[in-house]
Amino acid sequence: MILCRVVGNAVATIKHPVYIGKTVLIVQPVRPDGKTPRLSSFLAIDSVQAGVGDLVLCAREGNTARQILGNDDDPLHSVVLAVVDAIEHPDGYTTGPAPE
Amino acid sequence: MQLAKVLGNVVATIKHESLVGVRLMVIQPHDHNGLPDGLPIVATDPLQAGVGDTVEWITGREAALTLPVTFSPVDASIVAIVDEYWSDEEAGGIHRPAPEKEAP
Repeated sequence: MILCRVVGNAVATIKHPVYIGKTVLIVQPVRPDGKTPRLSSFLAIDSVQAGVGDLVLCAREGNTARQILGNDDDPLHSVVLAVVDAIEHPDGYTTGPAPE
Repeated sequence: MQLAKVLGNVVATIKHESLVGVRLMVIQPHDHNGLPDGLPIVATDPLQAGVGDTVEWITGREAALTLPVTFSPVDASIVAIVDEYWSDEEAGGIHRPAPEKEAP
Protein backbone atom coordinates (compact mmCIF):
# COMPACT_ATOMS: atom_id res chain seq x y z
CA MET A 1 0.00 0.00 0.00
CA ILE A 2 1.24 3.44 -0.92
CA LEU A 3 0.67 6.64 1.05
CA CYS A 4 -0.61 9.27 -1.40
CA ARG A 5 -2.32 12.61 -1.58
CA VAL A 6 -5.21 13.11 -3.97
CA VAL A 7 -4.28 16.03 -6.24
CA GLY A 8 -6.93 15.94 -8.94
CA ASN A 9 -8.98 13.84 -11.23
CA ALA A 10 -9.23 12.75 -14.85
CA VAL A 11 -12.33 12.54 -17.00
CA ALA A 12 -12.73 10.23 -19.97
CA THR A 13 -15.67 9.51 -22.26
CA ILE A 14 -14.22 6.74 -24.38
CA LYS A 15 -13.13 4.01 -21.99
CA HIS A 16 -13.22 0.32 -21.27
CA PRO A 17 -16.78 -0.61 -20.14
CA VAL A 18 -15.49 -1.68 -16.72
CA TYR A 19 -14.51 1.94 -15.99
CA ILE A 20 -17.99 3.36 -16.59
CA GLY A 21 -19.30 4.95 -13.38
CA LYS A 22 -15.95 4.81 -11.61
CA THR A 23 -14.07 7.90 -10.44
CA VAL A 24 -10.46 8.15 -11.55
CA LEU A 25 -8.31 10.22 -9.18
CA ILE A 26 -4.80 11.54 -9.73
CA VAL A 27 -2.77 10.58 -6.68
CA GLN A 28 0.72 11.76 -5.76
CA PRO A 29 2.81 9.41 -3.61
CA VAL A 30 4.14 11.32 -0.59
CA ARG A 31 6.60 10.77 2.23
CA PRO A 32 5.21 10.05 5.73
CA ASP A 33 5.04 13.79 6.47
CA GLY A 34 2.03 13.79 4.13
CA LYS A 35 3.39 16.60 1.96
CA THR A 36 6.73 15.91 0.29
CA PRO A 37 6.12 14.34 -3.14
CA ARG A 38 7.94 11.17 -3.97
CA LEU A 39 8.10 9.64 -7.46
CA SER A 40 5.55 10.37 -10.20
CA SER A 41 1.82 10.74 -9.75
CA PHE A 42 -0.44 7.99 -11.03
CA LEU A 43 -4.14 7.28 -11.43
CA ALA A 44 -6.27 5.23 -9.08
CA ILE A 45 -9.93 4.33 -8.97
CA ASP A 46 -11.81 5.64 -5.96
CA SER A 47 -13.58 3.17 -3.67
CA VAL A 48 -13.94 5.30 -0.51
CA GLN A 49 -15.33 8.63 -1.79
CA ALA A 50 -11.98 10.35 -1.37
CA GLY A 51 -11.62 13.96 -2.49
CA VAL A 52 -8.90 16.32 -3.64
CA GLY A 53 -6.50 17.09 -0.77
CA ASP A 54 -7.16 13.88 1.15
CA LEU A 55 -4.32 11.71 2.37
CA VAL A 56 -5.10 8.19 1.18
CA LEU A 57 -3.76 4.67 0.90
CA CYS A 58 -3.49 3.23 -2.59
CA ALA A 59 -2.77 -0.24 -3.86
CA ARG A 60 -1.05 -0.48 -7.19
CA GLU A 61 -1.64 -4.12 -7.87
CA GLY A 62 -4.34 -5.86 -9.84
CA ASN A 63 -5.62 -8.53 -7.49
CA THR A 64 -6.34 -6.00 -4.74
CA ALA A 65 -8.16 -3.75 -7.18
CA ARG A 66 -10.30 -6.56 -8.54
CA GLN A 67 -11.21 -7.82 -5.08
CA ILE A 68 -12.44 -4.39 -4.06
CA LEU A 69 -14.04 -3.19 -7.26
CA GLY A 70 -15.11 -5.96 -9.53
CA ASN A 71 -14.97 -9.52 -10.63
CA ASP A 72 -12.04 -11.66 -11.64
CA ASP A 73 -11.89 -10.56 -15.26
CA ASP A 74 -11.96 -6.78 -14.84
CA PRO A 75 -8.89 -4.90 -16.08
CA LEU A 76 -8.42 -2.78 -12.94
CA HIS A 77 -4.95 -2.13 -11.61
CA SER A 78 -4.78 0.62 -8.98
CA VAL A 79 -7.30 1.64 -6.37
CA VAL A 80 -7.75 4.10 -3.49
CA LEU A 81 -8.68 1.88 -0.56
CA ALA A 82 -8.55 4.08 2.56
CA VAL A 83 -8.63 7.71 3.68
CA VAL A 84 -5.90 8.30 6.24
CA ASP A 85 -6.91 10.15 9.43
CA ALA A 86 -3.50 10.40 11.06
CA ILE A 87 0.01 8.98 11.00
CA GLU A 88 1.84 8.75 14.30
CA HIS A 89 5.60 8.90 13.89
CA PRO A 90 8.04 7.31 16.33
CA ASP A 91 9.94 10.60 16.60
CA GLY A 92 7.01 12.38 18.16
CA TYR A 93 4.97 14.22 15.55
CA THR A 94 1.62 13.37 14.03
CA THR A 95 0.48 13.92 10.47
CA GLY A 96 -3.17 14.86 10.23
CA PRO A 97 -5.58 15.28 13.15
CA ALA A 98 -4.46 13.63 16.37
CA PRO A 99 -6.45 10.54 17.42
CA GLU A 100 -9.03 11.11 20.16
CA MET B 1 -2.90 3.25 -14.04
CA GLN B 2 -1.19 6.35 -15.26
CA LEU B 3 -1.58 9.19 -17.72
CA ALA B 4 0.31 8.97 -21.01
CA LYS B 5 0.51 10.73 -24.32
CA VAL B 6 0.25 8.75 -27.55
CA LEU B 7 3.35 9.34 -29.67
CA GLY B 8 2.80 7.00 -32.59
CA ASN B 9 1.84 3.54 -33.66
CA VAL B 10 3.70 0.29 -34.22
CA VAL B 11 3.27 -2.06 -37.16
CA ALA B 12 4.30 -5.69 -36.81
CA THR B 13 3.63 -8.45 -39.32
CA ILE B 14 5.06 -11.42 -37.51
CA LYS B 15 3.57 -11.50 -34.03
CA HIS B 16 1.94 -13.76 -31.50
CA GLU B 17 -1.38 -15.03 -32.83
CA SER B 18 -3.33 -13.44 -29.98
CA LEU B 19 -2.13 -10.01 -31.15
CA VAL B 20 -3.51 -10.26 -34.68
CA GLY B 21 -5.89 -7.33 -35.21
CA VAL B 22 -4.74 -5.54 -32.07
CA ARG B 23 -3.45 -1.97 -32.43
CA LEU B 24 -0.10 -1.18 -30.83
CA MET B 25 0.77 2.40 -29.85
CA VAL B 26 3.92 4.06 -28.54
CA ILE B 27 3.00 6.02 -25.42
CA GLN B 28 4.98 8.28 -23.10
CA PRO B 29 3.81 7.97 -19.48
CA HIS B 30 3.67 11.30 -17.64
CA ASP B 31 2.45 12.78 -14.37
CA HIS B 32 -0.29 15.39 -13.80
CA ASN B 33 2.15 18.21 -14.63
CA GLY B 34 3.03 16.64 -17.97
CA LEU B 35 6.51 15.65 -16.82
CA PRO B 36 7.56 12.35 -18.44
CA ASP B 37 7.91 9.34 -16.16
CA GLY B 38 10.43 6.95 -17.66
CA LEU B 39 10.91 6.08 -21.29
CA PRO B 40 8.20 5.56 -23.93
CA ILE B 41 6.64 2.11 -24.03
CA VAL B 42 4.39 0.20 -26.39
CA ALA B 43 0.83 -0.52 -25.27
CA THR B 44 -2.07 -2.27 -26.94
CA ASP B 45 -4.97 -0.02 -27.89
CA PRO B 46 -8.47 -1.52 -27.91
CA LEU B 47 -10.08 1.97 -28.03
CA GLN B 48 -8.76 3.49 -31.29
CA ALA B 49 -6.74 6.27 -29.63
CA GLY B 50 -5.01 8.69 -31.99
CA VAL B 51 -1.55 10.23 -32.02
CA GLY B 52 -1.47 13.19 -29.61
CA ASP B 53 -4.29 11.91 -27.40
CA THR B 54 -3.87 11.75 -23.64
CA VAL B 55 -4.81 8.30 -22.39
CA GLU B 56 -5.00 6.20 -19.26
CA TRP B 57 -3.07 2.96 -19.39
CA ILE B 58 -2.61 0.00 -17.11
CA THR B 59 0.13 -2.53 -16.67
CA GLY B 60 0.38 -5.99 -15.17
CA ARG B 61 -1.78 -9.03 -15.80
CA GLU B 62 -4.83 -6.77 -16.15
CA ALA B 63 -3.52 -5.27 -19.39
CA ALA B 64 -4.27 -8.48 -21.25
CA LEU B 65 -7.80 -8.53 -19.83
CA THR B 66 -8.72 -5.58 -22.06
CA LEU B 67 -8.14 -7.61 -25.24
CA PRO B 68 -10.44 -10.05 -27.05
CA VAL B 69 -8.06 -12.90 -26.18
CA THR B 70 -7.43 -12.42 -22.47
CA PHE B 71 -4.58 -14.92 -22.29
CA SER B 72 -2.19 -12.73 -24.29
CA PRO B 73 1.48 -11.87 -23.85
CA VAL B 74 0.74 -8.19 -23.12
CA ASP B 75 1.86 -6.06 -20.17
CA ALA B 76 0.57 -2.59 -21.08
CA SER B 77 -2.77 -1.50 -22.46
CA ILE B 78 -4.74 1.70 -22.99
CA VAL B 79 -8.02 1.69 -21.04
CA ALA B 80 -9.42 5.21 -21.55
CA ILE B 81 -8.99 8.29 -23.71
CA VAL B 82 -8.81 11.27 -21.37
CA ASP B 83 -10.96 14.31 -22.17
CA GLU B 84 -9.60 16.52 -19.42
CA TYR B 85 -7.77 16.36 -16.12
CA TRP B 86 -6.85 18.82 -13.43
CA SER B 87 -4.90 19.10 -10.18
CA ASP B 88 -5.25 21.36 -7.14
CA GLU B 89 -3.22 24.53 -6.46
CA GLU B 90 -0.83 22.81 -4.09
CA ALA B 91 0.12 20.25 -6.72
CA GLY B 92 0.61 22.75 -9.51
CA GLY B 93 -2.94 23.81 -10.30
CA ILE B 94 -2.83 22.28 -13.75
CA HIS B 95 -6.03 22.14 -15.76
CA ARG B 96 -5.76 20.47 -19.10
CA PRO B 97 -9.14 21.15 -20.70
CA ALA B 98 -10.83 18.97 -23.23
CA PRO B 99 -9.53 19.72 -26.74
CA GLU B 100 -12.02 21.47 -28.98
CA LYS B 101 -13.48 19.08 -31.48
CA GLU B 102 -13.52 20.09 -35.12
CA ALA B 103 -16.86 19.85 -36.83
CA PRO B 104 -17.03 16.73 -38.98
